[in-house]
This record gives sequence, C-alpha cells and structure tokens, in this order.
Amino acid sequence: MAPAGGRRRRGQLPRAALPAFLVLALVAAACDSGGTTAESVILVSAAASLTDAFAEIEGAFEAANPEADVVLNLGGSSVLREQILEGAPADVFASADIANMDRVVVGGAASQPQVFATNRLEIAVPLDNPGGVTELADLADESLLVGLCASGVPCGDFAQAVLDQAGVTAAVDTFEPNARALLTKIESGDLDAGMVYVTDVAASESVAGVEIPEGANVTAAYPIAPTTGGANTEGAAAFVAFVLSAEGQTILARHGFGAP
Amino acid sequence: MTDRATEVRRKTSRPPALVMVLALLGLAVFVVPLVGLLARTPWQDLPELLTEEVVADALRLSLIASLGATAISAVVGVPLALVLARVDFPGRSIVRGLVLLPLVVPPVVGGAALLFALGRRGVIGEPLYEATGLVLPFSTWGVVIATTFVAMPFLVITVEGALRNLDPRFEGAAASLGAGRWTVLRRVTLPMIAPSLAAGLLLTWARALGEFGATITFAGNLQGRTQTMPLAVFVALESDRDTAVALSLIMVVISLTVLVVLRERWWPSR
Repeated sequence: MAPAGGRRRRGQLPRAALPAFLVLALVAAACDSGGTTAESVILVSAAASLTDAFAEIEGAFEAANPEADVVLNLGGSSVLREQILEGAPADVFASADIANMDRVVVGGAASQPQVFATNRLEIAVPLDNPGGVTELADLADESLLVGLCASGVPCGDFAQAVLDQAGVTAAVDTFEPNARALLTKIESGDLDAGMVYVTDVAASESVAGVEIPEGANVTAAYPIAPTTGGANTEGAAAFVAFVLSAEGQTILARHGFGAP
Repeated sequence: MTDRATEVRRKTSRPPALVMVLALLGLAVFVVPLVGLLARTPWQDLPELLTEEVVADALRLSLIASLGATAISAVVGVPLALVLARVDFPGRSIVRGLVLLPLVVPPVVGGAALLFALGRRGVIGEPLYEATGLVLPFSTWGVVIATTFVAMPFLVITVEGALRNLDPRFEGAAASLGAGRWTVLRRVTLPMIAPSLAAGLLLTWARALGEFGATITFAGNLQGRTQTMPLAVFVALESDRDTAVALSLIMVVISLTVLVVLRERWWPSR
C-alpha cells in the first residue's frame, strides 16, 4: 500500500492528521466489509423495555441461524416509530404498545402486527426505599422525588392511565424519555419512586418493586411486525416467527413478560 | 491602474474551482437540515403553536440556563484560561485535557457523571444534601450546572488561545510604568483579548442554548422547572410533531439572529 501521506503538501495540515484520517477510514472500511454480507443483517427496532429479553433472543436466533446477524436498535417506541416513518432502515419493529405500532401500520411502514408479549406496571423504588413508598397514593407526596416516563412513551401513557384510574395526581419531578432512563435514576437513588414495567424491576438488582393491585393496573400488549421498507424481508419474517415460537416465548417469560 | 490592481488581486485571491465546489458541499451540510425543518413547518398553525404554555416555559428556561452558564463560565472560565496560559505548573497539560473533556465525552455521559457526583447519593451530592437538604438534580440549578459543564470549554480554549498569542511586551510596559497586577489585567490584558473573549462567550452561549444530553440526564425533564427548548423539542417529537417543529424553528431563529447580529458587530465583514 502506498504511504498515505505521499501527496500531502508540507505545512498545510498538522503533520499527522491526514495519514491518521486515512488509517481510520481504512479501518472503518475494513470493519464494514470484513463482517457479514448485507443480506444476512436483520435490523430490529425494539422498545427499550425489551433490551434484555431481545439480547437473549438475538443470541438464540443467531445460534439457530448462523448466517444471520441481528442488529438491535433499542429506544422509546415513539422514537422508533418516528425513525421508521421517516424511512430509517429497519426490518422488524417491536413496539411496547399498540398505539405506536398502529401509527406505523397506518403510515404504511409495517404490516400484520402480532402481539407477542404483555407487560404490567410496577412502582420501582431504591432498595432501601428512602421515601417509604407503599402504594400508588404515595406518588402524590410533594416531598418525594418522583419520576414517570414522558407522555407519548408507552410506559408514560400507561402510568398516566393507571394514576387517572386510581384518582392519584402524582407530584412528578421529571418525565424521562424512556423506561430505562427512569430506572437508572431510581437505581442511583436520585429518585424516590417511579412507575416502570414489572420486567424492568425484575431485570434490575438495585431497585425494589411495589406492586400495583391487579384491578388498578393496566396490561401493556407488545406487538411485533416486519416493516414494509425493510431490505431483508426473509430475515424479518424468520425473526418474527422466532419471537412467537415456543423458544422465543420461553425467553420472554424468563424476563418477566406475560404471554400474549 | 488601481482598478486593474484590484481586479488582479481579486482573481488571484479567489480559490480554485474545486475549492468552491467543496465549499458548496460543506454549506449543504448546514442548509439541508434547515430546508427539511422549513418544509415540515405548519405555517398556518404557527401563531397558535408559538403561544402554547409549554413553548413559553421552555423558552424562559433556555434563556435562564444559557445566560446563566455563560455568566458562570465568564466568572470561573476566564480565570482558568489565565492560569492555563500564564502559570507554569506541573500537570498543566493534564488540566488542559480535563477542560477539553466535555467536548469529547458524549453529553449523556457527562450528565451521568454529574449525577454520580452531585446526585442525592453522589460523592459531593450526598454530604451536600445531608447538610443543607439541597438537591441539585431535577432543579433549574441542575440545568445551569449541566449546561455550564458542556459549554464552558469553548470559553476557556478561546481565551487561552488569545492570551498565548498576546504580545507580553504590552503588559510588561504597563507593569514597568507602575501598574499593579489587577490594573494590568483590567486595563491591558482583558481589553486586548476582548474580541476573543466576546467570541468565546458567544460560542459558550450558543452551545449552552442547544444543550440536551447532559441536561436531561442530570436535571431531568419537567415543564417549567428543567425542560429547556431542546428537551421540549425531544418530548414533543414523541407526541406532537407540529409543536416540535415550531419549537425547533424558534431555536433556529433566535440563534441565527444572535449569531449573525453579534458576529457583524464584533468582526464586521468588509
């Protein structure tokens, strides 16, 4: 290979800058072409609350289909919805609620969604429960630092529905962009309480859950669908089928999700 | 004859065609997103959207946070730049690196680090909370701190660079005429670096206005208390795209106005 700095005129750039750039570019290019071919990559846009379960499903799916490379794009369902509607590449969309999936389907960017899991809300508190939170009504306490997911994000909308149903006006100090961000602040002890999914509490070692009574809770349904604009329709179909299969369902159940 | 001379100079000073083409591509990087924003703007609903309470609250907080961060940066950032430029101490290059860190570290990481340090269970935050009951996260102060962390490096590097390029003979002359250190600083040093100081303050303010990641991570997101314009845009994108676009448009108009007007004032183009 020719020396990268061969055509560089002296004194025009910091001496090391151009070769360094070229080396970086070559490394990047090598990483790109050295991996799998584009056909076998399955881009999965999944709700942040699926982070752990889908990481395990990714491993199991790739073990069963060695030629496939699942790439997870995790985020708030509404953010993923916007990305997909704006044409961001994705082969599969797994939403934490029906509403966001419906908007993608109505927008013509996904078809035939199927519910693959359900989830419920729980109040998460730091392990030592510094605010002494024992029930929903405690979230109305002004002296506590309380967080919810923002409206528009499924965990935020569900939390609002639960609070409305219970007639509680929460004294909210922050509306976090997704369930994971909210959980992190409860784990660190910066918030006294927040409403997240049962699965989030199960996945975390540094929060405790305060159950919301059956009658006051809502059930969140998680739909999954292949996108219509995806580059890998075959892979998308295979991944969706795997999530709905007995093996996929077992993994989801292990992470605290309910059956569809 | 002078006309010809100007003509010749104009011709030779104009960059080659390839440079012009690349410059246009460079410009496109900035203009394309703006075109996208304008194309999505719901013009007829705009007056209604702009008078929403969430917009006024976010605008107010953004001004408080960005001006607060700029003021704090001026008070502690300029002295830091002076020390870095003028005091030779061991580990100076490490300190310089620390100052630049917020430019490299993703703001979200910076916000998390602030939370670990100043949060209610943080290294400094916990004793502070126990002694005073003060909780910085989820407060407007938290927004100002997060914003300062991200924006102050722009002031420090600009001012330090100017100080290092300053001819020390002017200060030497003032001192030899009997001026004390404060007088030299106030009457000679600072006036001489005034353009760079102004540029640094402007950059700091601009960065502070656009701050998002460190703010939402450290200070949280609550309308009227911690929700600045960028946070409001982010949240509105989830549920109400028209409001998000309107908010973005305000940010673009404010920043463009300030940047153009102040730039013309401080570095008038011929």
